[in-house]
Order: sequence, then C-alpha cells, then structure tokens
Amino acid sequence: MSVRFGLAGFIFLLAALACAANVLAAENAGAVAPPVAAMAVDTPSDAGGSITIRFRPSPGEGEATDPVVSYQVSRSPCRPDRFENMGSSTSYALANAGKITREAPLIEVVDSDTRDEVEYFYQVTALTKAGRRSEAVTVGPVQSKAQWFARDKLNLLLLAAVVSAAILIFIEAIRRGKIPFVRKIAGLEAVDEAIGRATEMGRPILFVPGTQDMNDVQTVAGIIILGRIAQTIAEYDTHLMVPTSRSLVMTTARETVREAYIAAGRPDSYNDEMITYLTDEQFGYVAGVNGIMVREKPATCFYLGSFFAESLILAEIGNSIGAIQIAGTAQPAQLPFFVAACDYTLIGEELFAASAYLSQEPKQLGSLKGQDVGKAIAMFFILLGSLLATVAALTGSSSWWAVADWVRGLFRMAG
Amino acid sequence: MLRRTIPMIITFVVGAVLVVSFFIPHRPFGQLGEDFSVFFDIISVFAFVLGGGNLVWIHGDKISKRRPGWGYSVVCLLGFFVTLVMGLLKLGNPWGIQGDVTEAGSMFNSIYEFVFTPLSSTMFALLAFYVASASYRAFRAKNIEATILLVAAFLILLGRTFVGALLTVWVPDSLAFLRVPNLANWVMMTPNLSGQRALMIGISLGIISTSLKLILGIERNYLGADSE
Repeated sequence: MSVRFGLAGFIFLLAALACAANVLAAENAGAVAPPVAAMAVDTPSDAGGSITIRFRPSPGEGEATDPVVSYQVSRSPCRPDRFENMGSSTSYALANAGKITREAPLIEVVDSDTRDEVEYFYQVTALTKAGRRSEAVTVGPVQSKAQWFARDKLNLLLLAAVVSAAILIFIEAIRRGKIPFVRKIAGLEAVDEAIGRATEMGRPILFVPGTQDMNDVQTVAGIIILGRIAQTIAEYDTHLMVPTSRSLVMTTARETVREAYIAAGRPDSYNDEMITYLTDEQFGYVAGVNGIMVREKPATCFYLGSFFAESLILAEIGNSIGAIQIAGTAQPAQLPFFVAACDYTLIGEELFAASAYLSQEPKQLGSLKGQDVGKAIAMFFILLGSLLATVAALTGSSSWWAVADWVRGLFRMAG
Repeated sequence: MLRRTIPMIITFVVGAVLVVSFFIPHRPFGQLGEDFSVFFDIISVFAFVLGGGNLVWIHGDKISKRRPGWGYSVVCLLGFFVTLVMGLLKLGNPWGIQGDVTEAGSMFNSIYEFVFTPLSSTMFALLAFYVASASYRAFRAKNIEATILLVAAFLILLGRTFVGALLTVWVPDSLAFLRVPNLANWVMMTPNLSGQRALMIGISLGIISTSLKLILGIERNYLGADSE
C-alpha cells in the first residue's frame, strides 16, 4: 500500500517538476527585453534640483506581436530598495513615429524634483502593450547639484564675445580714424523731409513708440530715435504728439524730448502735454491713437518700436488722412503690414541702426561696422552649412552628415 | 550730472549682471533674470499712478476749458472712474471685499466681459477690412518686385483654400510638387523662411549692438543726454 502511494507520489512529483520546467521555459522564451545602457546623471548646465535618466530603447520595441510601448521610471532616495513610481515615458518608436532622424535613439527622462547633495537610485522597466514588464534596470547613486557655468551656452558666449569685441574694436578704431561708408537708408533720409512737410502744412507730427514697455529693446530704440528727431522738430518749431501706452515710456519720452528741446535752444516750446499716457490695453490704445489721428490730422506719422496686431490699423488710418508715414519695427510678422501701408519702413536691424545713422557720431557708426562682422560670420557659416548638407545629401555619407550636423550644432540654442 | 551718472551706473550694473547671469545657472545668478523682472513690474505699478494721473489731468483740463472734442474726454474719464471704483470697492462681488477682483458676477468683471471685451474685439475686427485695403495697394503689379509679391500672395491664398487643391488634383503624383498647396508650402517654407531668418540675424545683431551701447554708456539719448 505504502509502496504504491510512494510510487504515485514520485510520478506526481516528476510531472509537477516537468510542468514547472515547461512554464519557466515558456516564460523565458517570451521575456521582455529591458532598456539598454541606462544611466542617471546630474542634469548639466542647470541650477540644481534635477537628475536626467538616459537609456536606449528596449529591443522589444521592434516586436510585432506584443511590442514595448512605454518605460516606467521609479526613484528611491538614499538607498536602492524603496522605489516609488515616477511615471511613464512613451517608447521611442511611438514618440518618433513618422519622423526621420539621423541621431541615435536615446530616451531621456528628467526628474526635476530632487534635493541637491542627496543620493538617488532609479529603476527603469519596459512595459509591453499587453502589460508585461521587463526586468528592472537599476542605476545610481547620483546626486544633483547647481553648476557655475552653463556649458550648453558656450557657443552663444563665444559668438556674443566675438561680435561684441568687433563692435568695440570698430568703435575705437573709427573714433581715431576715418568715417566709414554707411549705405543710405531711405526711411531715415526722409525724416527731415517728413518733418519739413508737417511744418509747411502747419500740422502736427505724431510719434508712436509701440505698445511695449521700457524693458523691450525696440521701445528703447524708438525712444532714442524720438530724441534725435525731436531736436529737428524743435528747431522747426512744429507741434509734436507722443501718445504712449505705458507710464514708464511716457516718463522716459518726456525726459528725452525735454532734453532735445533744450539742446535745440527751444526749452520754452516744450510742454509735458506733448507726451501723454492713454492706456495699457492694446486695442484701447489703438482706438485712442486713431481718434487723435482723425481729429488732429497729423501731416507726418512715425511708428517706431514694438508693434503687434495694431500696426496695420494705425498705418491704414494714417494713410486715410494722407500723412507721410515712416515705420520701423523688429517684429518680422508686422513688417509686411508696414511695408504695405507706410511710405518708408525701417526693416528689423535698421530700427537699431537709426540712432547711429541720424547722429553720424563716429562711436555710433563704429557699432554698425561691428555688426557687419557678425553678418560676415553668419554668411560664412550659412554657405558652409548649405554646402556640407548638399554634399551629404548627394553622397549619402554619414561622415558628411556628421560634419554638417556639427556645424549646425555650433549655432544651436540651449534649452 | 548725478541725474545722468546714477542711471548710467544702474544701467551698467544691471545690464552686466543680467548678461553674466544668463551663463551662470548657480544661485543667486540663475534667479536674477526673474527677480529683476519682478522689480520691473513693481516699478511699473508705481509708474501707473503717473500714467493714471496724466490721463485725468489731460482730459480734466480739456473738459474744463471746453476744448474741441471735450465730450470724448467726459466718456473717457467716466469709464476710468467707474471701472476704478467698481474694482477698488469690489461692488457686486459675491465674496464681498475679500473676493477676487475678477470674480464672476462682480460689476468689475461684468464691465470687462460685456463692455471692454466687445469693444476690443470690434477694434481687432477692423483689421480684416484694413488687410483688404492694404493688400489692394500693395499687390498692384507696378513693377517686377510688386508682381512677384502679387503672384506669391495669390499662390499662398489659393493654396490655403480647398480651391487650390481642387484645381490641381489632376496633376500626377510624379509632379506632386506642382500642386498649388505644395507650391504654397514651398513659398512659405523656403523663400519666406529664408527671408525671415535673415531678418532675425540682422535684428539679433542690432539688439546686441544696442544693448552693448546702452550698458557701456555709449548711447545716452534715452536718458535725455546726448551720446558722448
């Protein structure tokens, strides 16, 4: 009896072992491949508080039946055994579907909630569409800390240094030597004519310094030009109107115009009421300026500063009252409107060059020559990059692409 | 002397610190850009008193002297003071004086929703008519440049509508680049984008140059002083 039960038990044990072996074998055959080459590093060029986890996609992303669709990242502070789920990242294949890329696939997950000088461990697990999980890959320990130099902005620093040095060198050189050739800018050549026209017609001049505040360099450029032309307006004894949309712009414009009138020897002609505040609201300001234009009928309108949707409304109203109009902005989207509706337009950089052009001071003109160095550098690298990309596309060589990408990378903006 | 020197020193220090802080993420430098922005906002709030005061002074003077168009000034001051009182006293606010000034149901919010927003939208809507009139003038084929502009504009307008796709649907796939929507995209992405980028390069250089002149005190005109 006991022998029979012993034999049956042995056979049952064998069968159970065989089953278990089969199950294990089946599981091994269908195991999900984990992500490859995982690493965790302190996020470079930041103010601390951030760790970046990088890994290459699991080979399981390419499986037809049950592909890897996401990666779960877990974090454990101080010791590698208390992992908490941080969330999931979409697989590389899904994230880059339909995109052609020459760069090696690399997935980055940024943990931007770390305490500096504390060690962290991370686990990355691949998850399939059916919910199967790969073996977790553990990386760490790693600490976050703040950096003293943003290395990813090194290219910008070098470019800015070269351009700034060129500007300063030319300013100094021109102060000592000959005045450089500056091409004629039609819009600025017409300033005197426009002011003269208003004087002859006995009508006022309107100056609109844009709708942005003094922290916008375009507004500063507009106010600088206002200072230059206000002196001529004072000499001609013509009425000037400067409606502003910001209190600080009003205050600055008053100081600038007052000094211009003093410099022109006509301090008595200056009146604070020339420069008024209307409203900070964009279209309220437009309505106010349009009202002034329709009622006062200025013979000349200047629009110099930062403009948005109001540009065309202002310029068309100015056109309808028959004013000669000179506009200038560094907002590329608004330039076509000004070109279409105004007599003269200062395009982009011309707005910033206007002060030097109108003053004709050697120091100011030197800055224009310095900018030309920047343009020459830009032209050289545009031509070089175009040439390299063309050769790479024609030959299909990865080496040429690498060189072309390196040149492009020189001008890549950080962040 | 001091009223020019002190602003110049402030401009130099703030400008130099902000340039440096752009390349140093470490505290306190990395935070300085935002901090200065907050300081600017605080100064702007105080400056608003100057602006509001100027508005009341100019229009009040116009009304008192019965200058032409003084009726508009009455409307302007009425709107200014009514909105100011509604906002300051939080009239009609469901949560009383402790509620948010823009709380739904408050009179201030009602003025914003039912008066200010429609008026702003009306001004913005005018743009459609002005685009038409400006386009009419700009697209007259007076010379070669204007003709190129006209053709490009026509192509893009056509390419952005279903008519453009319908007109060239018969073009074989091997010549798909000749279909109007593709031509419009090419105009936008190749010549237009190249031009925009060239503009941006020039603008960036202009900004660097102007900023440098301001920081180093070469350009002082904005301070009410001539360049030296």
